[in-house]
Amino acid sequence: MAEETGTVVVRPVPTARRGNIRAFLHVLRRWPILPLFILGLLTVSAIFAEQLTSYHPERQNLRDRNTPPMWLEGGSSKHVLGADPLGRDILTRVMFGARISMMIAAIVLSIGTVMGLAVGLTAGYFGGNVDEALMRFVDLTLAVPFILVALVAVIVFGQSFTLIIILLVIFAWNGIARQVRAETLSLKTRDYVALAKVAGAPTLWILYHHIVPGLINTVLVVASLRLGGLILTEASLSFLGVGIPPPTPAWGLMVAEGRQYVKIAWWVSFFPGLAIMLTVLAFNFLGDWLRDRFDPRLRQL
Amino acid sequence: MVKFIVRRLAYTVAVLLLATALVFVLSRQSGDPRHLFLSEMTTQKQWDEWGREMGLDRPVVVQYGIWLSKAVRGDFGESVQQRKPALDVVIERVPATLELGAGAFIFAMVTGIPLGVLSAVRRGSIIDYVARTFALVGQALPVFWLGLLLILFFAVRLEWLPTSRRGGLDHLILPSISLGWLFASSFLRLTRSAMLEILDSEYIKFARSKGVSNRMIIWKHAFRNAVIPTLTFAGLLIAGLITGAVVTETVFSWPGLGLLAVNSVFQLDFPVMTAVVFFITLGYLIVAFLIDISYALIDPRIRFT
Repeated sequence: MAEETGTVVVRPVPTARRGNIRAFLHVLRRWPILPLFILGLLTVSAIFAEQLTSYHPERQNLRDRNTPPMWLEGGSSKHVLGADPLGRDILTRVMFGARISMMIAAIVLSIGTVMGLAVGLTAGYFGGNVDEALMRFVDLTLAVPFILVALVAVIVFGQSFTLIIILLVIFAWNGIARQVRAETLSLKTRDYVALAKVAGAPTLWILYHHIVPGLINTVLVVASLRLGGLILTEASLSFLGVGIPPPTPAWGLMVAEGRQYVKIAWWVSFFPGLAIMLTVLAFNFLGDWLRDRFDPRLRQL
Repeated sequence: MVKFIVRRLAYTVAVLLLATALVFVLSRQSGDPRHLFLSEMTTQKQWDEWGREMGLDRPVVVQYGIWLSKAVRGDFGESVQQRKPALDVVIERVPATLELGAGAFIFAMVTGIPLGVLSAVRRGSIIDYVARTFALVGQALPVFWLGLLLILFFAVRLEWLPTSRRGGLDHLILPSISLGWLFASSFLRLTRSAMLEILDSEYIKFARSKGVSNRMIIWKHAFRNAVIPTLTFAGLLIAGLITGAVVTETVFSWPGLGLLAVNSVFQLDFPVMTAVVFFITLGYLIVAFLIDISYALIDPRIRFT
């Protein structure tokens, strides 16, 4: 009624306030604000770690060893999140750890996406024996227990940054290849592809101008959905002692280093683990959001 | 059906070959395997004999062939650490891993599936939010960190449960939760999305208009159909289960295959390592196969090609 007569209806204040909260929650749900905030924080600390802290992540100071976080008894503002068994500042190491994690994720995901795209595209577009051979290979690599091969490889070749990158690429590329193939199969039956063929366009031209643009959304979504798993896998490898070599501050390694002190200094393991969880949470959130927005058909992934 | 089984068998064999070959070739890169058996008592004659036996003067492919032909006869070599057949070392660890796997699976089922159904039925309610938070957190928790926190809280602070190792049922609780939470999250999300889709379908609307009770609709009409997609994806989860089990067993000093794998690698006990890889891969493939077969039993619409 109110709308029809044009009367301004003054709502009681509590309802209006609840409306604001509702609106706020609605915005929070609609846009990935929280995950972007967490990821922003991470990126800033990854890039400006040296400027943000006066500590060196690998410098030891045994006098400060196992200092609790500042809000606990015995803690001080010298070490906001406390110090580890070697007296290294935990906040500093978590910040430098963000750099390692982000760097690995970025490198692995770029290489893995390009490989997955190339293989999936080739298999899907050319079909036949090429498809059969490539996809059987992808199935095989998916079934081999990745973690065990990684363990052996690291022990044999020694811990190194490059080896971890290679191993994680092996872990990451095949899922992307499968999805790209499935998508290519449907794209290549489109009329515009047939028309391009009739017009005599070279295969590479068709792939680049007619197929790949249609794949971008899928690749973006699948890659972002894999990011969280990638970070967790890297952390697991580092935790087992076959990831990033010490004393580099990798989060998984930091959790492992605090493991034997968990009874007397829980903060050594707690904060790096929390960092892993928040990062993965943020990436998963963002991946879900991207999927719902750009490729809702992938909802089951 | 027969064709399907034959294909799957061929696939199983291929994966087993690939996995063991990878580990075998990698382990040979670490140097002469004879050094592992070397002791003060070793004579030159023995040394040469080992070389001949393992074909060390021949290409690595031949060496793998020799290993394989022995392995199919049940001879995986001798454990360097324990000086007994690698096969026995591996077999005695199997029950512990099965126990842990069963515990984690039960935890995942009894939390994930009911929560998934509830959160779909009461969409937008508090239960829905709690369930979805449970799932989101579960998918982001590093297994090893969760394990440590559980130990810290329930074993060290509250002293309710033991910190590690295998024992009675109380020993099984914490490892099962840390391994199972991730899978509970997956079950929850899959069940929820399948239920939402089905509850929106025509036949549910028809059943409602016919006056079928709500409980009948949810559990008989909708839930039965929602289980199928959940199961379909369960197959994809087992690969992650292996990584999770390795990490969980390490955190809880659980004497299963995962811990054995980690220890044998660090002790350079390659005969055991290769045997572990063989059995874990085999176990994975058997479970994947059983899941595929079970689709057909649950859903007669699925035909094997």
